[in-house]
Amino acid sequence: MILRLNPASGIPLYLQLVEQVKHAIETEAIRAGDQLPSVRKMAEDLVINPNTVVRAYRELEQEGIIELKHGAGAYISNSVVSRTKLMRKAQGVVETAVDRLESLDLTEDEVRRLVENELAARKSVKPAKK
Amino acid sequence: MEPWVIETHEIEKSFGSQAALKGLDLQVPTGSIFGFLGRNGAGKTTTIEVLLNIVKPDRGTASVFGVPVTDTRQSVVVRERIGFVSEDKELYPYMTVSQVLRFTRPFFPKWRADLEKRYLDMFRLPLNKKVSDLSKGMRSQLMLLLAIARGADLLILDEPTDGLDPAAVEDVLRELVSIAAANETTIFFSSHQLAEVEQIAEHVCILDRGRAVVVGALDDLKARYQRIQVVVERELESPVRWVDGVEHVRQEGRTISLLVSRNVEAILHQVRSLPGASSEQFSVGLKDIFMETVRNN
Repeated sequence: MILRLNPASGIPLYLQLVEQVKHAIETEAIRAGDQLPSVRKMAEDLVINPNTVVRAYRELEQEGIIELKHGAGAYISNSVVSRTKLMRKAQGVVETAVDRLESLDLTEDEVRRLVENELAARKSVKPAKK
Repeated sequence: MEPWVIETHEIEKSFGSQAALKGLDLQVPTGSIFGFLGRNGAGKTTTIEVLLNIVKPDRGTASVFGVPVTDTRQSVVVRERIGFVSEDKELYPYMTVSQVLRFTRPFFPKWRADLEKRYLDMFRLPLNKKVSDLSKGMRSQLMLLLAIARGADLLILDEPTDGLDPAAVEDVLRELVSIAAANETTIFFSSHQLAEVEQIAEHVCILDRGRAVVVGALDDLKARYQRIQVVVERELESPVRWVDGVEHVRQEGRTISLLVSRNVEAILHQVRSLPGASSEQFSVGLKDIFMETVRNN
């Protein structure tokens, strides 16, 4: 699993780390049962504050993606397998949708903006889903 | 343990007619990596000199480890717990690296020979070279080694990566992260390199003209601050009186760019009242926050 964070981005580093771990699971770079590096190792590898790693791991634990075993480290939980399958199924939906948008001669950038605007609009109507 | 390693209250300091600090309040949490930011001349070094009791403030109080910095009876004990790297990286120029080490060790009962060796190897410092013959980068590394190896509970680093090449900067940052992960060491470092602060700092303070203009946990600041870009139908005749939370406004033609720190709902409500306004929200990094709060003042 190779992670790359962008400190200059407006997105807090711990959230970037959370997203990247999720992505690594989706691409199966890490699998259920695998152990994540220790907080210290992760902080040194990425050259980020150890507490940023702690916060990311806690967030991942709350979402049920990892299990923190006291003193033994962080493990990818078995329940993520079903999420991975779901994501793969959803991939098909996205492919069809993007195909159709492309047939309307929209550029990649326009497609991305459309999706982002739609998500933002939904978020402002109903409270954010957790 | 004290919640704050460093605490200052309303510090004022002038040099002649030049006010360097104008009521500085600072609280540095124990065990944190704290980035102290500001332009040249903002008062960063003066603050550090107050903390080390090199400079006496005209008004206000400062304490380190809960001890007032002016308490001369306890100052020896406090100083033993502080590792300091000064901005000018000043060391005895006529000594060799190994002489500097031999000279420094006896002052610190908690001297860590293992760390000394580790950093000598990592920085590849030439033991037999005189300090005056070292590059600025090597002098920085030597000072950092001296600060770390004394087993300090608090590192005060004034521009610790100044003059280092990018690879050496990354080495230093990794070491700071590692020290913070291994111990309860608090690292207070000043810098004008926003990128490195953004990378490793948990808390930041942006100093501008002797005052703290932005203070907080970096993640919270990033979550709170955002940019709202507004496009209006026709150019506004008079400037808008924005509600609280708008930190900075830039306007060019029909486009208005707002940097906001809180109160987003009320601000968006106000935006919607402008003629034919459409708006977009963007997340912002430390650079945006820095540039606009510092330029603003």
